[in-house]
Amino acid sequence: MPARVTMNDLKRALEEGSGVDEGVDLDTDLRTMAFSELGYDSLAVLETGLRLGRENNIELDDSVFTDLDTPQQMLDAVNEALERQSAVS
Amino acid sequence: MTAHINGIDIISPLGLSREEHWKALLDGCSGLGPTQSFDSARYDNPISGEILHFGPDELPKRLVPATDRMTQMSLVAAAGAFDDSGIDMSQVDPLDVGVMTAATAGGYAFGQKELQNLWSKGPKYVSTHQSYAWFYAVNTGQISIRHGCQGHSGVIVADDAGGLDAIAFAARRLARGNQIMLTGSVDSTMCPWGRVAHASTGHLSKSADAQAAYLPFDERAAGWVNGEGGAHLVLQSHSDGRYAAVLGHGATVDDPRAAPGTGLGQAIRIALDAARLRPGDIQVVFADAAGTREADRAEAAALVEIFGPHSVPVTAPKAATGRMGCGTASLDVAMAVLAIRDQTIPPTLNVEADESLGVNLCGVATQHPITNVLVLARGVGGFNSALIVGT
Repeated sequence: MPARVTMNDLKRALEEGSGVDEGVDLDTDLRTMAFSELGYDSLAVLETGLRLGRENNIELDDSVFTDLDTPQQMLDAVNEALERQSAVS
Repeated sequence: MTAHINGIDIISPLGLSREEHWKALLDGCSGLGPTQSFDSARYDNPISGEILHFGPDELPKRLVPATDRMTQMSLVAAAGAFDDSGIDMSQVDPLDVGVMTAATAGGYAFGQKELQNLWSKGPKYVSTHQSYAWFYAVNTGQISIRHGCQGHSGVIVADDAGGLDAIAFAARRLARGNQIMLTGSVDSTMCPWGRVAHASTGHLSKSADAQAAYLPFDERAAGWVNGEGGAHLVLQSHSDGRYAAVLGHGATVDDPRAAPGTGLGQAIRIALDAARLRPGDIQVVFADAAGTREADRAEAAALVEIFGPHSVPVTAPKAATGRMGCGTASLDVAMAVLAIRDQTIPPTLNVEADESLGVNLCGVATQHPITNVLVLARGVGGFNSALIVGT
């Protein structure tokens, strides 16, 4: 069973790579809100996804992140890639 | 091209606000000193004009990891200029508000950090935000986004001269539809990469003495000091009565085979014609003051040719801040306006003017009747620019 990327990992990647807007509480809002509602544009989403990818040695194409609206969708996409990669190896 | 200046803010090594900078300058303070923001021991140019106490505390935290230092400073000064103008952005049509800034090199320090990531760790470690954080137009873009400006906007790249050209371009936009223009430039290349890029021109001062490193129009002149900062201005077609207006602008480009500054005199004449003024109507000149003997001679020759020897008072307050790319020229315009407001010529610190140049240089702050000020700027690549502000 491969290690899974958690919402905490995603939160840290957002904070380190793109910062957090005033009035946004990632601890509570991350599960319920979309990236756009949290103040993140498409580049911030891409930056977050690429960070999670390199931290976990997953080969992810940029296009994976272009249609993601929520943090949960990103987490699912990253973990799915992680499982796929671990099944191959 | 009358465009009234209704808002000004300054950020410089002398102060983080318009009045802080202006007071320190008139008090004869210098913002030059040994470089502190990076280890300059391995470089030949140890003195800098750094903004040492800037922290982006007043910016949204979301912007900080995604922006270069010069963009953060530009955003703070732009907000200060809008604030000074008293304009309530909720009461104006965003399509009527434009942003026209100048840039010299884009976000250099951010770019250096990401190039280091690329080189030492690999492409996956380069920040996505690098795609725009380095870019020349980034300050115009970030100011537009933050203040909701949707009118005609752009960026001018003409080295230091761009700091005047952007203001002139903004003034022209007022005649073509925009109601409000945020303009000027705040610039920084304060990092090792920026330092070596400037040093490669051979025109950067090698002096380790902060009070003798940048001495324009002085026999001892041996280069300029790299600074950071600049000014933003708000232009409107009506005046709120506090500041001067942009009256005229002229720009020329030198033949690269000719001596530097050959076209500077022509730029001055074009600006005078545009403002419908004669040389005698100018009370003060803010010089480009390149700080190398050859370039100083060329500028002095242009001034003597148009105004006569030892005539119009000339000043170069940038001797107290260093040259900050096109931020320098925008800062000069802001100071020219304050000089008119307070009827005071700011000083050229530390300089003993070479009398043979024929320039009437002001070494100390001087009370003087001032209606019109000529501001000059030149840039690498042959750019010459002249802008006149007055009442």
